Amino acid sequence: MELTAFIIKAIIILVIFGLTLLIAMYSTYGERKVAGFIQDRLGPDRAGPWGLLQPLADAGKMFFKEDFIPAQANKWLFIAGPCLAMLTALMASAVIPFGSTLRYDGIEVAVQGVEANIGILYIFGVVSLGVYGIMVGGWASNNKFSLLGAIRAASQNISYEVAMGLSIVAILMMSESLSVGSIVAQQHGGNWNIWYQPLGFIIFLTCAFAECNRTPFDLPECETELVGGYHTEYSSMKLGFYLFAEYINMFISSAVVSALYFGGYNYPGMDWVYTQLTAAFGDIAGHNVATLLGTAVFFGKALFGVFFFMWVRWTLPRFRYDQLMNLGWKGLIPLAILNILITGIGVLFIQPSLTAFLK
Amino acid sequence: MLTDFGILLLFILAGLGLLGLILGIGRLLRPDRPNPEKNATYESGEEPVGNANVQFNVRFYVVALLFVLFEIELIFLFPWAVVFGNEDLIQQTDGRWGWFALAEMTVFVGMLILGLAYAWVKGYLDWVRPKPAIPATESPVPAALYEAINKKYESKTVNKT
Amino acid sequence: MELAVFYFFAFLALGSAVFILLTKNLMYAAFALFLSLVGVAGLFVLSGADFLAITQLMVYVGGILVLIIFGIMLTRTPDKTDDSQSANRILLNSRRRFWGLTLSISLFLVLIATITQATFRLSGMPIKSRSTIKTLGVELMTSHLLPFEIAGILLLVALIGAAYLALNRSPS
Repeated sequence: MELTAFIIKAIIILVIFGLTLLIAMYSTYGERKVAGFIQDRLGPDRAGPWGLLQPLADAGKMFFKEDFIPAQANKWLFIAGPCLAMLTALMASAVIPFGSTLRYDGIEVAVQGVEANIGILYIFGVVSLGVYGIMVGGWASNNKFSLLGAIRAASQNISYEVAMGLSIVAILMMSESLSVGSIVAQQHGGNWNIWYQPLGFIIFLTCAFAECNRTPFDLPECETELVGGYHTEYSSMKLGFYLFAEYINMFISSAVVSALYFGGYNYPGMDWVYTQLTAAFGDIAGHNVATLLGTAVFFGKALFGVFFFMWVRWTLPRFRYDQLMNLGWKGLIPLAILNILITGIGVLFIQPSLTAFLK
Repeated sequence: MLTDFGILLLFILAGLGLLGLILGIGRLLRPDRPNPEKNATYESGEEPVGNANVQFNVRFYVVALLFVLFEIELIFLFPWAVVFGNEDLIQQTDGRWGWFALAEMTVFVGMLILGLAYAWVKGYLDWVRPKPAIPATESPVPAALYEAINKKYESKTVNKT
Repeated sequence: MELAVFYFFAFLALGSAVFILLTKNLMYAAFALFLSLVGVAGLFVLSGADFLAITQLMVYVGGILVLIIFGIMLTRTPDKTDDSQSANRILLNSRRRFWGLTLSISLFLVLIATITQATFRLSGMPIKSRSTIKTLGVELMTSHLLPFEIAGILLLVALIGAAYLALNRSPS
């Protein structure tokens, strides 16, 4: 029993890693295709049918490129930077519930790496570690552009982290739980948090853009001012790590947004589908098929989120630094606090009176 | 017994292993022919001037300072948010618990808002704004002529598109 | 198994702390402090204080260490000997060794005395509750309300004072 639990968990971890990496790889392809579509061109179309093998070609290029370490760089920190960025990006996927449960041979397994009861705080802690990947790499490069990019990144990430945390607090006030699994389970059917927290959702989404360093918040790698930003000196697979980490972060934050605000694996009419499936396939198989359907819905939401990231990237121009800081400190933080107050009044006053009224 | 955090540790170890594997494969495959030109610090093709020990704006420090204080506030908010709407506690206190908790937290957050407002009013949050310089050129053609031409062709371009 | 993990985190925390003491490069010291704080967070997790561990990560690693690194980068005076062939080290020559040593040893003694005299009510008991956060929330709002609000005032004072010192004393 002990060993089977261990093996199941190990398999789940490997599957999550594999899926995250695969999705990140194909996000690079998707990014170019979306960019091509928006700018009325074709995008990659040479490697394989519709250019589908393009990510593999890119990965191969990353492996075969020569790797420079600048003579004046701190060698170990230079290597540690991208590794840290990649590690923090991968770590956050551990607590995301990709689906409800699978039953097999009397064992019920959650489609989730870890059902940690402080899941949200874990994600938040990992996000706050994410600054260091960029900071270590940027400083160790011994390049002015890198250093400026790293400082910008650190400053931007910490500014938006506060507003992000405050918008999460509003969710917690409604769910009374820190576990992502139970927050998703509470949004059963179409009872999604987005209906109760529209303002919080907008704040969270904006902060997610800023935390991923995506346009319109990509000042750390703003090529008109800072060449390549914090990865100016990087090449080969280490550069690949930084780029990859960005795409993984994008996927993870879309997954978190869909888990917190769009009900995760829940969709309207899921109970009806569940009864139909269990009637058709029997209890266990039906349950499993329903879970897989929920997981597919979850991935659909998360991938739409990734698409949204790309859509915004090719639509909006970049902010100026003072605009970025003003939006973070003077716009989002007061709004997020207001949102907490509104939620508090809603939970204490509107919800009980509404339920009394409906009775 | 594998606890939740044990699995998380396993996750981190697996991640580290993966990174090591990728870097190791890369090391085997890629060429390694460094020379001083390649390894020079990149500074847009110029000879680098000095090293990266640059001083930067003090406002970055103030932002980090504000962040630490708000992060502590956030840390206090998390346990509060979890118990704030707890129905058992509200029942036990005839509904006073929720309002009490909300009021206490408003006072606490209000104090930090006061700090934010202080920094705001004092201008600690104001970043240097770029001042775009409008180029002034002496031109023999008067500006009114351009406007007249623009007006003349305005309707045509609208029709075209 | 758990013991091995404990020794790993303890070694991480202590080893990087010793490295901080021995290194001359301030930036290396800051990044070693990162490892040390992460090690301490791991120790917190092992003792069942999950919320404390996350707090450690968020406040100390994510906040205070960034502040320290910014402070180091901000306050260093440009070195005349810096040229493009030198690494961007921030070296520190230790001065006043006697006072530093005295201060740290006395602090160490105070901490040791506190730890040996403290009565750990929970020592030896198995960890029962799965999460500490609900208890913390209730305690914060009931029996520890006054310290909580005083902490708020302290934060406000710290904010205003530090922002004043940082910005009003420098001409920029």
